[in-house]
Amino acid sequence: MISLSDYLILSAIIFCIGLVGIFVNRTNIITLLMCVELILVAVNTNFIAFSHFLGNEAGQIFVFFILTVAAAEVAIGLAILTLLFRNKGSINVDVTNSLKG
Amino acid sequence: MTFDQILFYVFSFWFIAASLAMIFSRNAAKAVLFLILAFFSAASIWILLEAEFLAITLILVYVGAVMVLFLFVIKMLNIDKSTLRAKFAGYLPLGLIVAAIIATEMALVLGANQFGLEVMAAPARHAADYSNITVLALQLYTDYVYPFELAAVLLLIAIIAAITLVHRNEGNRKTQNIAEQVSVKAKDRVRLVSITTPNKEGK
Repeated sequence: MISLSDYLILSAIIFCIGLVGIFVNRTNIITLLMCVELILVAVNTNFIAFSHFLGNEAGQIFVFFILTVAAAEVAIGLAILTLLFRNKGSINVDVTNSLKG
Repeated sequence: MTFDQILFYVFSFWFIAASLAMIFSRNAAKAVLFLILAFFSAASIWILLEAEFLAITLILVYVGAVMVLFLFVIKMLNIDKSTLRAKFAGYLPLGLIVAAIIATEMALVLGANQFGLEVMAAPARHAADYSNITVLALQLYTDYVYPFELAAVLLLIAIIAAITLVHRNEGNRKTQNIAEQVSVKAKDRVRLVSITTPNKEGK
């Protein structure tokens, strides 16, 4: 049988891959958003694993809400990205430096 | 090794491999395709955990809607690939060190000593007529009905915000001119034309 620690370590690995992705792709906003999605899926796997092993469905409800909020976040993030590209002509993180104080 | 374990290791391998390929791929469109593979593997693992509804939701909502949205944006924006990975080498070692430390710490905390099968036994599989959707819906519409409504409002706000953000320039918009509508007269709308009709005898 698969133990709970297997699932938890798998999602920890995925979480760290997402984190490395943020370091590696820190100039490209689209890939940054995708790395955030990866981290969210890792967190959701944790929730579902605990929900399964503890016999409590509240964890799955939480995953449901996380999926909802993440979908809204992606929609608004991509809208902002389109707007940034329209105004600056690039989606590089380095071009968004006009707010320096 | 049971069949469950074989499935788990196959899905985990593809999950990790697709995630690594996603973060190291140079092309954003290829990264989206690898992320789709990662989501499919994650959904398979969720099905192993008997969360069928969420697994299918992940495929339908994420692969079907969100990833296609990503692909649309990537195809629409025509990104210059050469500038995207300029600082690749500079931050890779630091990122790898941080991730390795976090992974080691998590493996120590979440290892078999704390969450192994001896400590937390695997629950028995549900019967064949067990409905995951029924169980979730019972909780969602009773205990969690207010968060459910809030999630609906949040999605509405997201729709309005996304449309308002992107749809900005005045020229593309079809708007009403209220003053023109109010001050309209009947002769502006209806034009009476006198036409000579032939009479009954055809003269």
